[in-house]
Parts: sequence; C-alpha cells; structure tokens
Amino acid sequence: MSNIIAEVDVLVIGGGTAGPMAAVKAKEKNPAAKVMLLEKAHVKRSGAISMGMDGLNNAVIPGHATPEQYVKEITVANDGIVNQKTVMAYAQESFNMINQLDRWGVKFEKDETGDYAVRKVHHMGTYVLPMPEGHHMKKVLYRQLKKARVEITNRYMATRLLLDEHGAIAGAMVLDTREGTFGVIRAKAVILSTGAAGRLGLPSSGYLFGTYENPTNAGDGYALAYHAGAELSGIECYQINPLIKDYNGPACAYVTGPFGGYTANSKGERFIECDYWSGQMMMEFYKELEGGNGPVFLKIDHLAEETISNIETILHTNERPSRGRFHEGRNLNYRTGMVEMHISEIGLCSGHSASGVWVDEHAATTVPGLYAAGDLACVPHNYMLGAFVYGKFAGESAAEYAAGRTLAPVDAAQVAQEAARVLGPLNNAEGFTPTQVEYKLRRFVNDYLQPPKVSRKMEIGLQRFAEIGADLPFMSATNPHELMRAMEVHFIRDCAEMAARASLYRTESRWGLYHYRVEHPEKNDADWFCHAQLKKNAAGDMTCFKRPIEPYIVPLDDAEKDAYNRMRIVKQAAVA
Amino acid sequence: MTMTLNRVSVPVIVDEGKCIADKGCTVCVDVCPLDLLAIDLLKGKAYMKYDECWYCLPCETDCPTQAIRVDIPYLLR
Ligand SMILES: Cc1cc2nc3c(=O)[nH]c(=O)nc-3n(C[C@H](O)[C@H](O)[C@H](O)COP(=O)(O)OP(=O)(O)OC[C@H]3O[C@@H](n4cnc5c(N)ncnc54)[C@H](O)[C@@H]3O)c2cc1C
Ligand code: SF4
Ligand code: SF4
Repeated sequence: MSNIIAEVDVLVIGGGTAGPMAAVKAKEKNPAAKVMLLEKAHVKRSGAISMGMDGLNNAVIPGHATPEQYVKEITVANDGIVNQKTVMAYAQESFNMINQLDRWGVKFEKDETGDYAVRKVHHMGTYVLPMPEGHHMKKVLYRQLKKARVEITNRYMATRLLLDEHGAIAGAMVLDTREGTFGVIRAKAVILSTGAAGRLGLPSSGYLFGTYENPTNAGDGYALAYHAGAELSGIECYQINPLIKDYNGPACAYVTGPFGGYTANSKGERFIECDYWSGQMMMEFYKELEGGNGPVFLKIDHLAEETISNIETILHTNERPSRGRFHEGRNLNYRTGMVEMHISEIGLCSGHSASGVWVDEHAATTVPGLYAAGDLACVPHNYMLGAFVYGKFAGESAAEYAAGRTLAPVDAAQVAQEAARVLGPLNNAEGFTPTQVEYKLRRFVNDYLQPPKVSRKMEIGLQRFAEIGADLPFMSATNPHELMRAMEVHFIRDCAEMAARASLYRTESRWGLYHYRVEHPEKNDADWFCHAQLKKNAAGDMTCFKRPIEPYIVPLDDAEKDAYNRMRIVKQAAVA
Repeated sequence: MTMTLNRVSVPVIVDEGKCIADKGCTVCVDVCPLDLLAIDLLKGKAYMKYDECWYCLPCETDCPTQAIRVDIPYLLR
C-alpha cells in the first residue's frame, strides 16, 4: 500500500517528557530495535516542559521520605481511589530516575553536603525538589535521543491507532501537519505519551489558547486509546488548578511556599493548611473565591527583598517565563502587592489529578501492544518525574513485547475509513472553521460540565456534544495547519463526552471540587469505593463500569485517611 | 470558501531589521510548539501567521539575533 511511510518495532507517539524517556529506554533495552519518536511539534521545544520546570513535585528521596509514605500520601490525596501497585512502582523508581537525570546534566538544588535539598509542600510528607536552573530539560533529553539513535519524526500527529484482527496494536495512522498528507506507520508496539487533555474547558478569558496546559495537548491520546478499545479510568476526577488570573499559569505556591509565601484571601490571611494541589484543596479555594473573603491571592509581599528577588529569578526564567511580563503589564510588583488568582478551566490529566488511560505497573494498557506514560496514563498525581519513570517502564515493556513479534498485516478498510475522515475537511470548500467549532464546543464544556456538577446540565451537555459530533464532517480546512486543528476538535469532542458520561456515572461526590455533584453531595464508600472505568464496547458505544480496587499494599489508619479532608484552617477561639 | 477578514493584533513581533530568515534561518518556525510562525518568502522575514499563541517563549529565546518579542496576548494582558 502506497501510504505506508514507516515500519518500526516501537512507535512512541508524543515527544514531550515521557516520550523521549520511553524512546531512549526502549533502545537501551534492545539496541537492535527500530524505535521511532513521533511528535506533533518539534521535540526540541515540545510539551509541558518546553521551557523547563522549576521543580520536581513528587521526589521520593531516601532520608526524606520512603516509598511507603509516598504511597500513603497519594492514596489519601486521591481520596482512596488508587491502584497502589502503580504508585508504589513509581515511588520505588523515583530516586534512581533522579540520579539518572542528575548524571545526564539536569540541575537539581543541593545542600552544602551535596544532598538533594527537598522541601515540604504536601500535607504529610516532604517531596518537592527545586530546580532553580531547570530551564534546560529539553536540551538534556534531546542529547540522549541523539545518543541513543532514536529516529525522530517531527510535525506529524497521530489521528487513530491501527489494530490487527485480534484487536492488538498494528501501528498508527498519522497526518503530516505541514504537508496535509495522510500516512500509516506500521509498528509492533505503540507507546502513547501525548500529555493531558488541556483544551477541554475554555479559560475564563475566552482565549482558546490561554490554557493551563500546553495547548498542543488537546487530549489526542485519550481519544486514540478510547477508539482502540482501551479502558480509561477516573475521567470524572477532573484537573482544575489554582492559577494566576487571566495569565492562567501557576502563581506558584510550590516555589514560594518553602520561602514563606502562601495562598491568602483578600485580607491577606491563610485559609488552607497546605498548598499542595488536590481536589480537597481546590474545594476550599473555590469556596474562598466565591465567598465574601474572595478573591484569592498568592502572598509574598511580606518576604525579605533578597528572597523576593530570588523567587523572581526562578519564576521569570523557568516553566512559564512570561509570568514576569504579565505582572509588569498589570503593574504588579511582588514587593508591594499580592498576585490575584483564579480557577483554571477543566481538563483531564493524571499528572495532576487521576483522569487517564488505565495502566498497570508496567505501563501496559488493556490493549495488547499498547503502552501509556505521562499525563494521560492513570497513575494519580504523577507529575513530571512520574512521566519520566513511566516513560522508562513503557519503553522497556514495549521493547520486550515487540521483540517476540512480527508486524501485523494492515487492514485496508481501517486505513481507507481514516483517510476519508482526516482528509475530509480539505475537500469541503465551504463549511465551519475548526476555530468556530472548537469555541462553541469548549463553551458548552464550561456551561454544562464545570463543577459543581448538575445531572440535568451534563445530560444537556451530552446532547450538545452529539450535535457538534454531527457537525464535524462539515468542517472545512484551507491548509494543513487548519486541518491539524480540525482533527484536534474531534479529540476534544471525544474527551468532552467522556467527561460527561464518567461524571454522570459516579453518583457520589469525591475529590473535593474535582467531582462535586450537587445532588449527591456526600462521599459514598459503600457503593463507590472503586475505580470507574470507561471504554468503547463491542457495539461501538461509550460505556462505564466499576473495577474493584486491589487490596492496599500500604494500609492506612483512620486518622490518615481523613488528613486531606481537614484542609481549612480552623481558627482557635480566643482564650479569655 | 467564503472569506472574511477579521483583523487581530498578534502578540509576536519580529524586528525585520534583525531577522535573518533571508540567510536561511528558520529557528523560530522550527521550535514553536503550536506551529504559528512562518517565513514570508517575498520579504525573507519571519512573521506570526496564526493567532494561537501560548506565550511560552521558545521562539524568542532561541532566535539567534534577538529579533523576536513576545507580548502577552491582548485578551489576557
Ligand atoms: C505550566 C505547568 C507547570 C508544571 N509544573 C510542574 C512542576 O513544577 N513540577 C512537576 O513535577 N510537574 C509540573 N508540571 C507537570 C509536568 O510538566 C507534566 O506532568 C509532564 O511534563 C507531562 O509529561 P507528558 O510527557 O505526559 O506530556 P508533555 O510533556 O506535554 O508531552 C506531550 C507531547 O505529545 C505531543 N503530542 C500531542 N498530541 C500528539 C499527537 N496526536 N501526535 C503526536 N504528538 C502529539 C505534544 O506536542 C507534546 O510534545 C507542570 C505542568 C504545566 C503545564
Ligand atoms: S529565529 Fe529569528 S532570525 Fe531566525 S527566522 Fe526567526 S526571527 Fe528570523
Ligand atoms: S510564544 Fe510560544 S506559542 Fe507563541 S509563537 Fe512563540 S513559540 Fe509559538
């Protein structure tokens, strides 16, 4: 068939954080394997860490924390709904990965004795490792990709996975986003590392690309996995973050907290015990924002000059370096004013919350030959280091799986159907523009899905999403760039439907604001202490079902279980 | 298709005196994660082609001649 553009052993889709690690580790595992890294943007500057990061949010470092303590912390932070085995596998590999990155040249903060200088931000333990010089992450990864001789294919996006007759992976179908041409990549194993569903809700600015997440991540991998028949999990556990108002990036309490900064109300008072992002924390944030003491601010104006200029350097050169010019435009100086904050749009992301593609402790999904790592893989609160660790697991697992196999035959019917879908908008001389459809879709997401969640609203949302689904074939694209956006609109619509159905399915409230259902305001462990899964059934319909939680390997006592429910600061009555 | 012209003020400004796209440079076009920049072949200069900027700064940081300035998009400024 003429549109086959490559044949590889392992295809890694998404070259941000987890993807490069997966590709390098697949090569290390089997140097003879042909490994391709496919990236929608350019691996030199793609993904969430395109400008680096200012710290590891979840470093498990001997002497500061144990894997058992970390598993407990995340189990409680995620309101009990975790497959502890996956979190434990991360925690046990965390320190090795930090040392590996350190050897590769990533600069972490160390104390006088050369030990990693970990800081306390979480509610219970100590896990934040600052990287004040973390802006060169992508360079470090790029060097390793070149050294490992990974084949890099930039400016291509995957649009669907290709399956064999048994439903196992046979490759992927892709769009050249510069040329607007369609192609097939045959692969024995595929790793998905396409990041979060970051273009789901509309930021309150109304600006489509002013998202918290890198907007290249439109939820592609969630839709790719779904259409391939994979199980997804915890989709109702949305990602919602406390951010700088309008700018919509982190303020950032993790950097400033260890220096004495904190989240405050309009009176400049603390109202939460702990600034670590969780649904429970977001609920208190939301209440304060909407209440008489709102809005909410990041307060650092009380700190010493030296500390503030140090914070300024970190925040204005790393991660989201344009923060500085935003504040400048608003005449805000950290020394004399507090940073106004707001709540982000909703998204799906297991890096921050728990919504993702179901994986086991080897990064395997429920589809043979398909692996997932990073923000889209369901390992709660996995963040950047989790993306690296699961990237490693995925790379090694995929290389092993591919070793014993031959390429599956290509099913011409699947390819023809997908080619028609992908190229359709180029053939429509008249039609809706991808921007128009995306704007309307994401406004509906805000109108109907944003917590507090109301059943009837979510049902209406589903009707609207179905109507937009019927509009999709009538989008028109005048060039390859618009065609890429059109394909992303398909992914966003799929994620919106998943978010609504998963939220309707779990008839209780859990994870604070992330899944606050007005008609079911209480947590109901009797019926809902389980994972809520979502997949495409044999008839092609989206279905939800329960998956029992495996017995904990690190048990919790009752006081620990409740720790994240005591977020709000309770004022001591003044003693007379 | 039917076209309308809605003007927008774009956040990425290229100093054409400094830009060396006419000497073969395409760095900013290569690195933009959202693929928003292009080279105007007649002028031999880079420009912002799509108004979809994440104000992330790789284009500005990696430009060899400091020809690019990224502002916060007006809607957020
Ligand atoms: C603003 C911000 C601040 C953060 N701060 C911290 C922090 O301080 N500490 C911390 O530990 N974590 C932090 N995180 C989280 C951390 O960055 C992420 O968890 C991690 O980088 C996710 O890695 P990933 O590989 O899943 O996604 P990414 O690194 O985003 O990579 C996804 C890649 O997939 C590509 N892609 C998408 N769709 C397709 C497709 N269809 N085909 C091909 N390629 C595709 C994208 O272009 C992108 O390169 C932060 C995240 C953000 C957004
Ligand atoms: S990187 Fe700078 S010099 Fe090169 S094309 Fe872009 S603006 Fe011009
Ligand atoms: S700031 Fe980022 S999104 Fe905007 S043009 Fe530059 S690289 Fe592209």
